[in-house]
Amino acid sequence: MMMTERTEHLDISNAHRKRHPWQIVGAAVALLLAGQVVYLLFTTPNFGWDVVATYLFEKSIMRGLGMTLLLTVIAMTIGIILGVILALCRMSDNPVLKPLAAFYIWFFRGTPTLIQLIFFYNLSALFPVLAVGVPFGGPTFAEAPTNRIVTAFLAAILCLGLNEAALMAEIIRGGLMSVKRGQREAAAAIGMSPFRSFHRIVLPQAMRFIIPPTGNQVISMVKSTALVSVIALADLLYSAQAIYNRNFETIPLLIVACIWYLVVTSLLNIGQHFIERHYGKSDQPTGGTSLRTRLSRIFASQKEVAARV
Amino acid sequence: MSDQPKRTIEAKQHTTEPVLQAIGVEKRFGDASVLKGIDLEVAEGESVVILGPSGSGKSTFLRCVNLLEQPDGGRILVKGQDVGYTVKRGRLHQVPPRELARRRAQIGMVFQQFNLFSHMTVLENITEGPVGVLGRKRSDANGRATELLELVGLAGREKAYPEQLSGGQQQRVAIARALAMDPALVLFDEPTSALDPELVGEVLATMRTLADGGLTMVVVTHEISFAREAADRVVFIDGGVIVEEGPPEKVLDNPQHVRTREFLARFL
Repeated sequence: MMMTERTEHLDISNAHRKRHPWQIVGAAVALLLAGQVVYLLFTTPNFGWDVVATYLFEKSIMRGLGMTLLLTVIAMTIGIILGVILALCRMSDNPVLKPLAAFYIWFFRGTPTLIQLIFFYNLSALFPVLAVGVPFGGPTFAEAPTNRIVTAFLAAILCLGLNEAALMAEIIRGGLMSVKRGQREAAAAIGMSPFRSFHRIVLPQAMRFIIPPTGNQVISMVKSTALVSVIALADLLYSAQAIYNRNFETIPLLIVACIWYLVVTSLLNIGQHFIERHYGKSDQPTGGTSLRTRLSRIFASQKEVAARV
Repeated sequence: MSDQPKRTIEAKQHTTEPVLQAIGVEKRFGDASVLKGIDLEVAEGESVVILGPSGSGKSTFLRCVNLLEQPDGGRILVKGQDVGYTVKRGRLHQVPPRELARRRAQIGMVFQQFNLFSHMTVLENITEGPVGVLGRKRSDANGRATELLELVGLAGREKAYPEQLSGGQQQRVAIARALAMDPALVLFDEPTSALDPELVGEVLATMRTLADGGLTMVVVTHEISFAREAADRVVFIDGGVIVEEGPPEKVLDNPQHVRTREFLARFL
């Protein structure tokens, strides 16, 4: 730098910026570790990349992926619809609905999903026969053996959906409570009915707070569906397991499953980014941004740059 | 039901049937009695300013008028009709929420915190009521909104979002939103209290124009100068009761009651 010779360059705008020495050390260590991982990926024969390639688009794997996506969609739909109802119950003044909703949320959030799943699957051990009729032991109109109704698939969507409802209820309640009371009062003051005020004023504003965590829930649901492999439902993981139980290529097939989980969650991440941007149009992004959402933003903005180049 | 025709005759006899009639309005918060029987009548075209110390119950009274606050006693009628009730067999019966909403639509309200709908543009804020509640045509509502924005001095700001506006501008949009419903009565709940001092003037000027234009309004404020210049009548509330009322020159310049004098002394 020739700063001492030419005084007009004595300006902060072209000052030499001091880098923190540990930044360089940290980056060097991280690069070294990353290099080693890549090296291992390519030189360890047991990863079996050829096997991964063979099974990546295998028919049963594709069917398993389809089942995983189907479970995610159905469970999330149940979760969101029931979650809205639960959230409204919890926020109501109804002396019966309010504590019941709180109890439901307490129970489903407080017990492991895996246990609930096995419980639903074994419902026939508790009630061998399911019947429709007058409650409290009155006459029945129709009945069927539990095992015929509660299949592995039904147990899976019931368990995942009911669980999700408890989590979604809290997210939706948080979103609705974040809308200031004045907004509801202003809506009432111009003569809006409670329903109209809810869907025109409160809900659109609450969505900004509801959408980001709901995106996280969808992504986490994609992964939670892997639990259903324990009740022998042929999802992505179970399909991979079925293959490695025959040919003992455990690691390559788990990699196949992971690749597909990553593909799905990455696509969802991108989708979430655009939905968040849509709902944030008149306001700042909400609350604390998680590391994951920040990363996905960086990821997405890099994609934009790449697209322009 | 049977007294309905009588009232019409009455209204014809003296055209000054009050727009607002509050009779012995009471409100308690827990053990604290906030309103201890407020009687107030506001005639058509009249502009009434309610003054009083903080905690005197003046804002609570205003919020009781359109039932944002549920009164515990008394009766509130707007254009001769109970705001949230109907008379059946000699008793008041609460009306369903939809009917309450319909009756509230004729009472405009301007809030201390503006409360513009933050996800809507200025135009959408103003037209939401006329289109969504009154069922007017969007093109008509848009035209009226443009006129109102001109009236409050914000022509051309239709597409702005509330957070892009200053507090004074937001409050003037809120006034336009209230006027768009063609209300029989507009309530102003401390409309300038949340504003920076240099922005108070523009909102008061707008309100003065409306008072001069014959809008029926009830204003809760601490702006004595506004009361002096724009009010037809000043009501002084303290401790949940009306202590004194009358024309501004009488109440403000020659207060009869010691509490009024003490209150006004703080503004000199």
